Parts: sequence; structure tokens; C-alpha cells
Amino acid sequence: MWERLVEEAPSFFSYYNVIFLLKAALATVALSAIGCLLGVLFGTLLALLRLTSAAVVAPFRWLGILYTEIFRRIPFLVTLMLVFFAVQLSGNDLPMFGVAAVSVTLIASAFLAEIVRAGFESVHRNQWDAAAAMNFGMLDTVRYVILPQAWRIILPPAFGFFVLFIKDTALASQIGVIELTFAGKVLNNKGFSAVLVFGTILVAYFSVSWPLSRLGKHLEFRLASSRHRRS
Amino acid sequence: MLDYTFQYGQIWPHLPRLLGGAVLSLELALLSFFGGLMLGTVGASILTFGGSAARKAVSAYVTFFTNTPQLVQIYFLYFALPDMGIILSSFTAVLLGMTLNAGAYLTEIQRAGFESRRQSEMEAAEVLGFSRGQQIRYVILPHVARVLFPPLSNQFILMTLGTSMAAVFGVEELTGQALNINSTTFRSLEIFSVTALIYIAITLMASALLAVAGSVLFRARMRIL
Amino acid sequence: MPRLVIAGLEACYGSLKVLDGIDLDVASGDVIGLIGPSGSGKSTILRSLVGLTPPTAGSVEIDGDNVDYKDAASVARLRDRLAIVFQQYNLFQNMSVLQNVMIAPTKIKKRPSAEVEEEARALLAKVGLGDKLDRYPDELSGGQQQRVAIARALALRPEILLLDEVTAALDPELVSEVLDTIRVLAREGMTMLIVSHEMGFIREVSREVVFMDAGRIVERGPPSRIFDAPTEPRTRDFVSKILRH
Repeated sequence: MWERLVEEAPSFFSYYNVIFLLKAALATVALSAIGCLLGVLFGTLLALLRLTSAAVVAPFRWLGILYTEIFRRIPFLVTLMLVFFAVQLSGNDLPMFGVAAVSVTLIASAFLAEIVRAGFESVHRNQWDAAAAMNFGMLDTVRYVILPQAWRIILPPAFGFFVLFIKDTALASQIGVIELTFAGKVLNNKGFSAVLVFGTILVAYFSVSWPLSRLGKHLEFRLASSRHRRS
Repeated sequence: MLDYTFQYGQIWPHLPRLLGGAVLSLELALLSFFGGLMLGTVGASILTFGGSAARKAVSAYVTFFTNTPQLVQIYFLYFALPDMGIILSSFTAVLLGMTLNAGAYLTEIQRAGFESRRQSEMEAAEVLGFSRGQQIRYVILPHVARVLFPPLSNQFILMTLGTSMAAVFGVEELTGQALNINSTTFRSLEIFSVTALIYIAITLMASALLAVAGSVLFRARMRIL
Repeated sequence: MPRLVIAGLEACYGSLKVLDGIDLDVASGDVIGLIGPSGSGKSTILRSLVGLTPPTAGSVEIDGDNVDYKDAASVARLRDRLAIVFQQYNLFQNMSVLQNVMIAPTKIKKRPSAEVEEEARALLAKVGLGDKLDRYPDELSGGQQQRVAIARALALRPEILLLDEVTAALDPELVSEVLDTIRVLAREGMTMLIVSHEMGFIREVSREVVFMDAGRIVERGPPSRIFDAPTEPRTRDFVSKILRH
């Protein structure tokens, strides 16, 4: 086996293959990053919706809660299939990368809504009371008082979710998005040894994910140790 | 999209196959969870009590498996091991991959649980004249079980959802059956929406059961929703 | 002429009725001391008034305006005229002392920042914290935080100030610095509703003392009468217990 690996390595790590793999790695990170950034946005909106109490928005509040509960209980692959077929049947020519990005966003919004909500809840009740008594509206309270305190609680798990999703996006290979796993399948089909191909793909994921995990741990430690300090 | 008519009628006859797939999904989840739990207990014990070489080996395992996708790990087991003379069936490769993956995450979770043993509780037990064995039996284990139950339950739910990637390897669990039925009926949205509902239903039931079990057995407080 | 007229006020925590028909008039310049055992509902009156624990029955009128606690705009108009200081100070942890005092006047009342800052500096100097403007709440003692909270409330230019057990969370040696601040306000004619366990202080600053028990007002009158010659047995019981300490 080793002889085969040594023999294949030079042609496997050709200029074109390396560029191909780098682009695929970029797609992997971009997919997770885009999905999670949009997820933070929509997740925050969902968490805000959950804070409202007005009767007019009650139906939307319940829809929001239903959404967060449902999309945290559907496998990424199934969400991907649903979005894929919905796009196909609607005759829309959204590229596969877009389909995958929408799927990541759908799931990330639900998970991040819970993370943001937990962050809001970590801020002491008396901060809300003080703001309400001084006539702050809900949005003003969140903007001036709650978010500036909650972001240190929100950021580490949100970042952790982003790193987690880098790995889950491997499933996007199933609908033909050219990301790392798909690149591995392509190279494997070209006849390169599976040990070499999937070994390299594993190392590639590791080199993306591990530094980010470390950064996340560092972030968590830094923010936790300065919990009540100013921003 | 607007002129699409949902025809659930066509897929009802296939419901038993989907439900059969759901049973296989749960089996996969349970097998890999308990396999992973055993690996994790060994791993966490080594990390907490083991020598430095063993600790390094375990953290390398955890770091590698938690920083690479389960899907590619299984690809490696399924496609690359044959080059080394080890041939696994797709089901075995999936189960092995999921168990190794679970072992890594469950090592992390249990290590954190072991670390949460409160020093003051141990000291109190010592003052009361408990032997080392009694300390473990009456103080440490109940406390660790209580702390660990919620994150372990959570991990089980995530793993149940994760079993869907077995479909990629032709395993006929819930998602695999959905893909099969889709290729004969082409009622994609109907099939995958029903599949999604089944996942929601089984994970909700699992969450509810675990929450009840947790509060009865360990007085652990858990949210179902 | 009373500014604030409370009639038949009721409030509940879940199924527990904590206020059971409170009638109270507050006139301009009044300092009213609310006393009573723990759980008697005296703090809830203040929380209900500002709508943090919305009343379930009864009416509140301010300058003849009836407050509708189900209507956010009506509550906002009321909150524009009242300010409350909490037992736990409730300072915004993410803001410096000066920012805490300036935030509501500038961001909510939209007053010009320069003018507000000048006023905030003056208020903080008045409560003896002119040298702590850039400190954060977690760098201050409890007594200092509570004085910031009082300055923050005053920066709202309230017509009535509500003080909810403002010394209850403080170490004994820090109580007097906060009470001194309130004494000054009383002397300046600030209208105040004060819930407190500091009986000597209540006796000294209040024009009227209200004794509460089990969500009702048991007895009210000038401090000298409530403390020296209470007519109700429950008041007598409470006062004698308190004074023995």
C-alpha cells in the first residue's frame, strides 16, 4: 500500500489538484460562514420575536417558536433534500451552492435563535426592570442594555456552532456542491487511491476546523474571565 | 412552486417502509450511542486518571474525530480500508464510523462531568468517614450522573439526526427509505416533508422520555422543548 | 391637591393576591413612608405603580389622567413622570457611572447630550460621586452604586420618586451615605414614596407613615402617632418588635 501512495503522491498533489482542493476548502468554509452569518441575523430576529408580548404579534411569535423547535429536529440531509426539490419544482435555477447555503441558514437560524435567547436570559431580570421603568422600549432595551451584556455569552456557542457546521456541510456533496467532500469523490473517481484521497480530505477538514476550534476555546476563556467587565 | 399540487395520497402506501426505516434509524442511534458511551467512559477515565502518554493518545483521538466530518470518516472506512485489506459492509462502516465519532464527543462530555466533582462534597464525605469506594458509590457517581444526564441526552438527539447520513451509503434507514421511495414515486416534497415530520416525532418522543427518566432517576432538570 | 390618586389597587403574583385594595393619595412635596412586615406588599405597590407588576384591579390617576396599564402609551406617559430606585440598584452593568445617568435622558427622552451631561455631572457631584464618572458598577461599593441609581432616577426629572428598600441590600456601614442623600432630597421638597425597614429614618423624613400587612393598609398617620401611639393591634405589635431591635 505504501508504495502505491508514494508512487501516486506526485501526480495527486499536482498544481491543478491542489488549486481544486483549495477552492473546495474555501467553498466549505464559505458555506458554513454565510449560513451562520445569516443564521445569526434571523436567529436574533426570532429571539427578539420571542420577547414580544403584544397580542398583535402573538401568531408570529408562535410561528417563530414552532420554527425553532422544528428545524432543530430535522437532519441536515433531509433539509437539504427539501430545499433541493422545492427549488427544482419551482423552476428556479438557483445554483447548488445557493441551495446548500439556504439549507444551512434554515437550520442555523433555529439553533442560533436558541443560543441568542439563552444569551438574553443570562442577563439579570433587574436590567430589564430598570430599563422598562425608564421607558425603554423592547428594542431600545436590547440594543443599549441587553446585547452589550449578552454578546459575550452568545459568541462562544455561536462560534462553536459555526465550526460544527463546517463538518456538517460535507453532506452538501450529495447534491453536487463542489466543496471538500465532493472534491474527494471526484479525485477518487479519477482513480487515485482512496487512502490518499480521503486521508487528504480528512487532513484538509482538520486544518480548517482545528484552528477555529482553538480560537473558539480561547474566545470562551477570554470572555468568561471578564464576564462583568465593560465591552 | 405555486402550481405544484401536493399529493400525499400517493405516498401513504409507503408509510410502513418509512416507519421501518425510522426503527432502523433508532437502532443505529442506540447502538452507536452506547458503543460511544463505553469508548467515552474509557476515554474520559484515561484523561482524568491516566498516565501522560495514554492521555496524549486519547486527546489526539478526540481532537481528530471532533474536527473532521463524520461523513468523510465513514468514506475513509468504507473506501480506504479495503486498500489495506480490511473490507467492511456499508452498514458496518457506518456503524463503526458513528461509534468512533460518538466516542470522541462522549469522551469530551464525560471528562467535563468528571471534572465537576465538587471538592467540598468529597471533603465532607471524607470527614464523615466514607471509604474511597463509598465516596465513589454514594457521592461521586450520583453527582456525576446528574450532571452528565442532560448533555448526554442532548447528544443522543443530535446523533439520532446524524444517522440520516447512513443513507449516503445505501443503508435503508429513514432517510435511505425516503430516497428509495422518491426514486420510484417522484413525489419528493411529500416524501421528505413526511420524513422530516417523522424525525421531529421520534426526537420529540426521545426528548420527552429522557426528560422524564432524568427527573425520576437523577433529579436532573431538563427542557423538552 | 393630590398629584397621584391610587384607589382600590390590586395585584397578583400568579394566583397569590399581594395587593388587596390599596387607597393612597400623594400630594406635591409629600414624603410618604411605607412600612410593614416582609411580604406585606409594600414593594409591590411601587412595582405596580410603574407597571412592572401590572395591577389587576383598581385605578391610578396622575394629575387627573387615568392610567391604563394595558395601553403601552398610557404607561409610557406615567413612567415619564415617575422614577423608581431599586433595592438591588439595577445599574446597567455595561455602562460607566456617567453613561448610566445619561442614557435615558439622551436616548429615550432625546434631550441634547451636552445639556444632559452637564446635569448628570451636577447630580453625581450632589450624591458625592463626582470623581467616579468613568467607573463601572462592578468597581463600586453597594452604597456608591445606590447613589448612582438615585442620580440616574433624578436625571429623569421625575415628579415623584419611588424608593424601594434602597438600603436593604447594603452593608450596615454604607447605609448612612445613602440615607443622607435622600434626606437632602426631602429637604428640597422632592415628592417621594419610600419603602424601608429603617424605622428611625422613616420617622425622621416622612410626613405620613403608612403601615401595611397582608396586602392591605392597616393604619396611616403622622410618624409620631404611628410609632408612639398606634391604634391598631397589628401596628402596635410590629412597631414594638421593630423598636426592640
